[in-house]
Amino acid sequence: MADTEAEQAPALRDAHQQVLARLEAELDDALLGSAGVHRNLIVRVRRDAWAQVASLAKRALDCDYLSFIAGIDWMPAPLLAEEGSGDTSAPAQPRETTYGVTGSEGRFQVFAHVESTARHFGFTVKTDLDEADPAVDTWVPVYPGADWHERETWEMYGFRFDGHPSLRHLYLPFAFEGHPLRKDFPLLAREVKPWPGLVDVEGMPGEPSSDEEGAVAE
Amino acid sequence: MKVDPRLPTPGGIPEVDIDPMLYRHLAGAAVNVELDTGDMILNLGPQHPATHGTLRLVVRLDGERVIAADPIIGYMHRGYEKLVEYRTYPQITTLINRIDWLSSFANEVPFIFAAEQLMGIEAPPRARYIRTMLTELSRIATFLLFLGEMGLQVGAITPAFYGFRDREYALNLIEAVTGGRFHPNFNRIGGVKDDLPWGWINDCRQSMKKVLDSCDDFENLVAGNPIFEQRTRSIGIVPRELGAAYGVSGSNLRSSGVDWDLRRDGDPYGLVYDELDWKVWTHPDGDSFARYWVRLQETRESARMVLQMLDALPSGPIMAKVPRIIKVPEGEVWVNCENPLGEMGYYIFSKGATGPFRVKIRSASFSNVSILPWLLRGAYVPDVITILASLYFILGDIDR
Repeated sequence: MADTEAEQAPALRDAHQQVLARLEAELDDALLGSAGVHRNLIVRVRRDAWAQVASLAKRALDCDYLSFIAGIDWMPAPLLAEEGSGDTSAPAQPRETTYGVTGSEGRFQVFAHVESTARHFGFTVKTDLDEADPAVDTWVPVYPGADWHERETWEMYGFRFDGHPSLRHLYLPFAFEGHPLRKDFPLLAREVKPWPGLVDVEGMPGEPSSDEEGAVAE
Repeated sequence: MKVDPRLPTPGGIPEVDIDPMLYRHLAGAAVNVELDTGDMILNLGPQHPATHGTLRLVVRLDGERVIAADPIIGYMHRGYEKLVEYRTYPQITTLINRIDWLSSFANEVPFIFAAEQLMGIEAPPRARYIRTMLTELSRIATFLLFLGEMGLQVGAITPAFYGFRDREYALNLIEAVTGGRFHPNFNRIGGVKDDLPWGWINDCRQSMKKVLDSCDDFENLVAGNPIFEQRTRSIGIVPRELGAAYGVSGSNLRSSGVDWDLRRDGDPYGLVYDELDWKVWTHPDGDSFARYWVRLQETRESARMVLQMLDALPSGPIMAKVPRIIKVPEGEVWVNCENPLGEMGYYIFSKGATGPFRVKIRSASFSNVSILPWLLRGAYVPDVITILASLYFILGDIDR
């Protein structure tokens, strides 16, 4: 236990310090924020520097490996359970909007993680998107593996990646409408039939069958 | 526009007043005179024995040669990233068991670590050893199936039976501890559910010796077979820089000569690999044979690791002290681990509730397969099957 606290005190490793110094020098005021949390470096950059970060990471920082590109919607999650209601079957997410450790300008963000296979470190890059027209430059010319990740993010969040060779559906049917991972997209399975939670627990054989009250009280 | 007279035109029957019989003769004549070799589109899947699931591959062929290949995925998309937002942390482990169903235990581990990192909990040493052992056992089970299956794809039936037989050694051990062959759901935040059953250590020791023996069998039967070598050597070469830029990971990348294994090079979190004596295997070639060979060596290495861990297994509790209702503090964390198929990671955003706000699931097969359009270009049709088999993906791991 004591070890973990001691390890977390210097939040950034040497390699991360070097990456951060280099990014600060190259990006100047396009670097909006940075944080070291849980042995990972997170940097937030301005949207117009997104493509530049990719080529910097690959060519100058040895990060030859693309782990993933994904999106996030910071809108508060739909209300599943009331805080303090005793219902532990679903998470009660807070109602206020927060934006993670490096903050965000608005609702939508894109984040990506790259790693160095030679020097054994990685870092996460984030950028904020415009809510009315969420678009950002593509990473495909630098990391060809960005292709599928950007297609997935495009269909799940509706973020456009300018310069992507073919933004078409990856998982969903071609005629699918809407962006399923946005927080305002309802999970229909839950809308149709509420999560049974503790109510649905069957009694053991030989015990009296659990009616609703009996099962809810643990 | 050139219209092939043999094919019906999209608009229906062509507007030519011609005797159908004569038309057929003309069509035959066109074949004989012109030798028109147009491209052919071949659909592999979505149900195809070589794809281990519902991967559909549309390949455009010029004769036997692939000009372009387009994997079409999503037939098994279950929307885990949405589903986990509606669940609490203990409920989620059940779900993520099903991502890569051949090595379910290894799926749970990084997720549990991510939650433990945010909560500042560390599992006790015995739990860490049990976790590492079961992770390696699921690696053995996954790879032994691959070692047999790969023989099947080049036309040798026997290794497949050996593979299915031998992985039972590992699956039986996992079942004895967790109660489930494929979906253990055994990890808890702060430790593991149960201790090892009585007599398990001896069973495990014997089974690992059998696994080592069967690795020798595979080396002699399959890897040393000249026909197998001819079918796999210099087929489907993944260049190391391109592989990394595509996000190809795990044994597939090590087969291209990249000496990178998250078990050694990543953050250890709670696993005990740094206390063991083992080595990372690489192969310089990057072809299908290299991928087979590296996995064969890694199976052996895993069996040796398990044997070492059995000797060094510490006593003590298997659970740390955790609150009754698990609430994960606000924050975000990225945890990646070396799964049998490659890098498996979870990026968790927590807002302090009993469930995560958003989880990005980074699964290995998704990126491993995304290189296929590049890799299959110029390959011959029979080699497509060996390349698919040697990349070794699980559909649930692609589609999530």
